[in-house]
Amino acid sequence: MSTLVPASTPSKGNPLVRFLNMNTSGHTSGRNLPLWRQLLLQIVCILILCSVMFPIMYIVTLSFSSKTTRPSSLELFPKEISLVAYQQVLDHPTGNPVTFTELLRNSITLSVGVGLVALLIAVTAAYAFSRFNFKMREVLMVLVFIPLLMPAIGLATPLYLLLNNFRIVDCGKDITAFMPLFACDEGVRGKLIFNLRDSLLGVGIAITAGALPFAIWNLKGYLDTIPKELEEAAAIDGADANQTFWKIILPLAAPQLAVTFFLGFIGHWQEFVTSWLFLSQPKDYTLAMTLYNMTGQYASSIPWNRFAAMAVIVALPVAFVYIALQKQIVGGLTTGGVKG
Amino acid sequence: MELAKKQTRKAKIQRNMLPYYYLVPAFLIMGVITFYPLIYQVIISFTNFETQHLLLGLKSPELEFVGLKNYIDIFTGALPVENFNFFRVLEFNFWWAISNVFFHVPAGVLIAVILNTEGLWGKRIYRALYILPVVVPPIVVATVWRNIFDEQYGAMNQFLTAITTFFGQTDVVRIRWLTEFKPPIPGFLPGAPLTLAYYSMMIANFWLGWPFMAVVATGALQSIPKDLYEAASIDGATGSQQFWNITVPLIRPAMIPAAVYGFTISFNLFAFVFFMTGGGPARSTEILVTFAYNLVRNLRWFGVAAAFAVIIFFIALVVLLITNRITRATQNISEA
Repeated sequence: MSTLVPASTPSKGNPLVRFLNMNTSGHTSGRNLPLWRQLLLQIVCILILCSVMFPIMYIVTLSFSSKTTRPSSLELFPKEISLVAYQQVLDHPTGNPVTFTELLRNSITLSVGVGLVALLIAVTAAYAFSRFNFKMREVLMVLVFIPLLMPAIGLATPLYLLLNNFRIVDCGKDITAFMPLFACDEGVRGKLIFNLRDSLLGVGIAITAGALPFAIWNLKGYLDTIPKELEEAAAIDGADANQTFWKIILPLAAPQLAVTFFLGFIGHWQEFVTSWLFLSQPKDYTLAMTLYNMTGQYASSIPWNRFAAMAVIVALPVAFVYIALQKQIVGGLTTGGVKG
Repeated sequence: MELAKKQTRKAKIQRNMLPYYYLVPAFLIMGVITFYPLIYQVIISFTNFETQHLLLGLKSPELEFVGLKNYIDIFTGALPVENFNFFRVLEFNFWWAISNVFFHVPAGVLIAVILNTEGLWGKRIYRALYILPVVVPPIVVATVWRNIFDEQYGAMNQFLTAITTFFGQTDVVRIRWLTEFKPPIPGFLPGAPLTLAYYSMMIANFWLGWPFMAVVATGALQSIPKDLYEAASIDGATGSQQFWNITVPLIRPAMIPAAVYGFTISFNLFAFVFFMTGGGPARSTEILVTFAYNLVRNLRWFGVAAAFAVIIFFIALVVLLITNRITRATQNISEA
């Protein structure tokens, strides 16, 4: 395709595509690469390739190993393809009483749930910021983007304290109290049934709090690029602002909605700050938390082949989404993110 | 006539109100779960909020308003935490972010230039594979590298052992990458010791970081007209002269925002640092966000942690204002 385009034209499209498909060799100015330079560059490229592949090959090899002892020598190519480690991880990931299915379900619930909810809430606000001129627009926009400056832990701490107040307590005698609205009688301690802070719902709320500004920012950046003429044409045809939003803008923004959702998914899949702070029961743990549990000082009993298998499993969905949507994701980051 | 006027006025008011209707859902929810908690955070940053106040919160009778004590304690290092000095952590945090960008950007540009060489064999394969580090989630990268740098079983020491054995040494290499406290180059960064763990993190983050810069640099390289190079070579400019006088100035407008982006990402790279070293050894690789996390998660000093988060917020604000200025300045140059 690039052979049809003069080499001097800056190629359009997103950077990743250009990075992968760049082929301007159809426009050589007649200079051929001398052999010695070709060989020199090949050596450099192969050395870089080795450094890139080193950790990947290392972990993949480890995950296919059936040895439960720690590696005593360096192996970068699998000598055996054993799925024992994967089987063990799927069967019983850690010493905690939690199954892989539960971990997976928790991770998916959080990443998909938060992604969808944030999108749903953000889209109308992004539309308002992108398309209307109203009093306080600047002020409100700054207000929305202020939380982006706060690190995740800065938002998680107060939410930890606030959500901790929402509990369901069994006071005995068939009385259930919904705190903070109703509490048990004075002096009765009761049995804690549910604590919003210590639940996936609570974690989801806390992550959504941080995800909203980003979703609004990202979507607004994209909506800004949709030409105004389309709406003007719709207005001439008699559509009111609501119809324009639902029938013109939303369908046009659909690709970007998907990109924002998947960017969120990639981020929330790895979410650790909030879930590690909030959750105390193993049944609520996510895959990212489990991966953390499998390294370091607390993990001396976990064979490395199992850790490696877990690392591959955690990485795969993100890698898959990234590769499937690379065009849109990098394009989305550059249209939405950078220009703001 | 009157009625029609009234109706259009009503419609106008309605139209003026419309953007606010669209903002209501987001602001309602953000008000409850984002803005209110942030204000709450500022309030408790002036208190001695700890675990015993969890149940009653601000209504807790023993909760004391301690004024600026938390802030003063953080700045003066009066917190009863071992090896904590706010300004050392701050200095290390900036150094960490800057030194990362310092390596990632030139490496990314250099590799992009190499891959841009006309007639290079296997270009597409290299490009497809070099992108892999971008695709792997950082938490996985950090845990994998943590194991690679393991003192006893890690791949790095085994790799070095293989090399030394090749040169006739029989000793097994046992470098304590992540636990050795003695800095290999003492006094390299005055005030903040750079332990081996820092260099290990630099290596791992280098692996993770340069491919993104290479992607950006490739995009910028593609947009440089080829005739510029042809004209230059007719005028007798050497390869390196062409690089410094054509390539560098023309990709600068794309690379500076990318460098700024890399800086902000590295500055708050929580999961990577936490998963790889946890801030150790002896808090030498602690950055602001990991320290804030330790205050909440391990020490449970909610009041102090809140004050710390407020401080980070203002540091991030200053960083944003500076980086914004840099980005805008480069935009003006590229437009002029």
